Amino acid sequence: MFSNILIYFVVIPLVMLLGLALCQNIKQIRAVAVVGSIALTALSIWLLVDYLALRAAGVDDPMLYVDSWEWFAPLNIHLAVGVDGISIAMLILTGIILITGSFASWEIPQPKEFFLWLVLLSTGVYGFFISIDLFTMFMFYEVALIPMYLLIGVWGSGNKNYSAMKLTLMLMGGSAFLMLGLIGIYYHSAPAGEPLTWNILEIAKNEAISVGWQKFLFPMTFVGFGVLGAMFPFHTWSPDGHASAPTAVSMLHAGVLMKLGGYGCFRVAIYLMPQAANELAWIFIILTGISVVYGAFSACVQNDLKYINAYSSVSHCGLVLFAILMLNTTAMTGAIMQMLSHGLMTALFFALIGMIYGRTHTRDIRQMGGMMQILPYLSVCYVIAGMASLGLPGLSGFVAEMTIFVGSFQHTDLFHRVFVIVACSSIVTTAVYILRVVGKLLYGPVYDKHHMTLTDAKWWERLSTATLIVCVAAIGCFPNFFADLIKFTFSPQIFTVLGLN
Amino acid sequence: MDYSQFLALKQEIGLLIIFLLVFLYDTFACKKSQGALPVITTVLMAVLVAWGFCPVVKADAVAFAGMYVTSPVMVAIKNILNVGVLIVLIQSIKWANSEFTSVRRGEFYELILLTLLGMYFMISSRHFLMFIIGLETASLPLCALVAFDKNRYESHEAAIKYVLTAVFSSAILLMGLSLVYGLCGTLYYEGISYAIASNFGVMTVVGLAFVMAGFGFKISLVPFHLWTADVYQGAPTSVTSYLSVISKGSAAFAFLVVLTQVFGTLYSEAWEWMLYALIILTITVGNLFAMRQVNMKRFLAFSSISQAGYIMLAVVGDTPMGVSALMFYVLVYVFSNLAAFGVIGAIENATGKVEMTDYNGLYKTNPRLSFTMMLAMFSLAGIPPFAGFFSKFFVFTSALSGSESVALYVLVLIALINTIISLYYYLLVVKAMFINDSETPIATFRSACSERLGMWICVAGIIGLGIISYFYNYLLNVVA
Repeated sequence: MFSNILIYFVVIPLVMLLGLALCQNIKQIRAVAVVGSIALTALSIWLLVDYLALRAAGVDDPMLYVDSWEWFAPLNIHLAVGVDGISIAMLILTGIILITGSFASWEIPQPKEFFLWLVLLSTGVYGFFISIDLFTMFMFYEVALIPMYLLIGVWGSGNKNYSAMKLTLMLMGGSAFLMLGLIGIYYHSAPAGEPLTWNILEIAKNEAISVGWQKFLFPMTFVGFGVLGAMFPFHTWSPDGHASAPTAVSMLHAGVLMKLGGYGCFRVAIYLMPQAANELAWIFIILTGISVVYGAFSACVQNDLKYINAYSSVSHCGLVLFAILMLNTTAMTGAIMQMLSHGLMTALFFALIGMIYGRTHTRDIRQMGGMMQILPYLSVCYVIAGMASLGLPGLSGFVAEMTIFVGSFQHTDLFHRVFVIVACSSIVTTAVYILRVVGKLLYGPVYDKHHMTLTDAKWWERLSTATLIVCVAAIGCFPNFFADLIKFTFSPQIFTVLGLN
Repeated sequence: MDYSQFLALKQEIGLLIIFLLVFLYDTFACKKSQGALPVITTVLMAVLVAWGFCPVVKADAVAFAGMYVTSPVMVAIKNILNVGVLIVLIQSIKWANSEFTSVRRGEFYELILLTLLGMYFMISSRHFLMFIIGLETASLPLCALVAFDKNRYESHEAAIKYVLTAVFSSAILLMGLSLVYGLCGTLYYEGISYAIASNFGVMTVVGLAFVMAGFGFKISLVPFHLWTADVYQGAPTSVTSYLSVISKGSAAFAFLVVLTQVFGTLYSEAWEWMLYALIILTITVGNLFAMRQVNMKRFLAFSSISQAGYIMLAVVGDTPMGVSALMFYVLVYVFSNLAAFGVIGAIENATGKVEMTDYNGLYKTNPRLSFTMMLAMFSLAGIPPFAGFFSKFFVFTSALSGSESVALYVLVLIALINTIISLYYYLLVVKAMFINDSETPIATFRSACSERLGMWICVAGIIGLGIISYFYNYLLNVVA
């Protein structure tokens, strides 16, 4: 079992949990958190190198490092793992955000409990990304959700009890639909007479789910994952939850956890039920189209920095689902790039907001101003994040959105054209709310004289933000590398079924 | 007479011997050595648990002209009950030795063992006469147990409510059985099943409805649940925990046996829809009422009502998978619920507080107790990686097994949505302990050794039962 590299993505967090439980003081806790998350990131980068080498050598299985260990034999439940380019990209993203998140919560109160929950959450995230068995995938998915309740409830700010409960219940509500969908998939996973399976690869190969059942199960799973992807009208947990959460949790949640939704929609809903996806896509295109536009407009009128960024996340994550539903390679590549790009840039945003809030004790942009004079480092970072968000070439946002819209525009019918144009308009709206914040918060006169005494970023804050900026710029400058990494995954399965591409 | 048939009664005889030993000890031991009674009973119970796992002479055996049967499945469910009773006994040692209880703790142990014997017979019977004897042996001592705190007014009230409901439900059950007997001319399960397969009429359905209602009282399915909250609140915590897991688990299993083996042929004609309605009502009403509770014992009473609905969901599939899912659910439920009651009992013994608001800020003063409680709540709510997630998942999977019926999917969807409601109120407890602040939190205290042992066992069960697949696979192998 331990000869497979992937299993260590779950083992290391578990060891970290054990280590944290034994820690006596804050230094040890920081050491465990940082060493553990660096180990995880190093492991994922090593995995990336090895993966590329294997691909270069001509290995063309849909997933690599596939392994499967029996768990509940009578139900054919396995602990099955395997990764492709998309999963690896997600694993790296998780590692980076975990490191930066650990640095961002350097001085959190009750550090032991905080990091215990945070690491438990990341165990779920890692487990989810490496699983190819629907049962274990779902199990890790829920493991990732529940620590949020305590992380927001105990360490959060503002209306935290309400937000924590709302977030948990809405996400768990989504997973209720998801569970029904997954059990339904299991019972239709194989042709009559053959053993049923939870394994994604086998289900996809069997193609045994009839179109009628697909039409029932596809909405279940898509909505189930879509709730976590902040799809309209199930997005309302996101602004409240992100606004109340402590910095590292907002980073991890918006940066990684929301990607679980998009990843799940792609990997389960569309990968396993392509016909239904093709027929029912229009419903969800409408919903995600609303997400994109509505999120952007909502962000324009908010005054709380975290709310602005949370609504912007709704808009950007809506774009991920929107692109996935276009069902062609270009748009889907764009969707994955957007996941990476949004993950990094929103984590950067939340980190910066946390740092500013830690100094000024307010997040209301009406009560701040002239930060560029006081906190030049943080302000410059904020501008860079903003530029990435509104799609400045050279940064990640441009590459991702460009790919998405080019891919989406390949559909020539009126319906798609209209919605693509509507979604495109969000780019303009994004510029509006980003520049509004930049103008009010960073430039102009200093609003509050007490702010003059504030000090700029400490070393761990600089480290955390600089790492994220480098990554954002890397995607923006070398998009082909990421596109190639992802692209391989798309070619076989789905599109042959649909006769597309 | 063939005396070898007594070999089939391995567990019953073992339990009877323990009962007699406890009884003799309680009666004849000198006053000085009386204090050892709780520990002795607990040790004997542990022996019985081990005895249950010993290999049997005959795996499948019939005794007393077919009135009594035993099979690996029944041995397994009895073992589950034994483990549950063992935990209850461990948790109640401190309570049994307390000032008010110690004068009559002998009765507590004797009555508990006696009700367990009744449940054994209830599970193993293949003849309704035997079944009723088992049922009454299980119910009547419980009335005395509920009234155990004779200095407390609530305990009396609860006992009266329990007696009246128990008698009433038995009467309804007997009414149903007399109808069935009138139609079939026999009380053997097999004979009835055979008779109604060939001669199915309205009266059979009426009889079935009465029988279901009778069982509904025992398992506290809605709309037969009204006694539950008051009795749970009034009874001593040790008795409440016994009532909520052991009594409920055994009745649920007996219900499964009666439905599938006696009325199995009426599945699609009659009881499938009745059961759907009962399940939806039970889960939903239990959940809705649980949200508003402020007393922890009442809260767990309503939570246990909705849990009963999930247990019944396993019956719907009517497959080996369903039976094993039910047994696994009961097993996990035993550990989760007893962990919760263990914490409540420990806090009640130390401070006398049972309100949810008393638990505010508990984590700051008693982190381990809060942690145990949180695990129990998560397990009851079905959060992975705790055992409750696995048991719920298997129940849902078994309910949908091999069915293409949309009604079943709707049923499971309703049950799933209800898990969200239940998550809300389970999280309220977690919130009280971890998030809320309190001016007057429960002071730090060290719970008794026995209580801690009980909680450790429960926590081990909550964490281990799901992740270690052995237990579920074992149960499924036993059934299949």
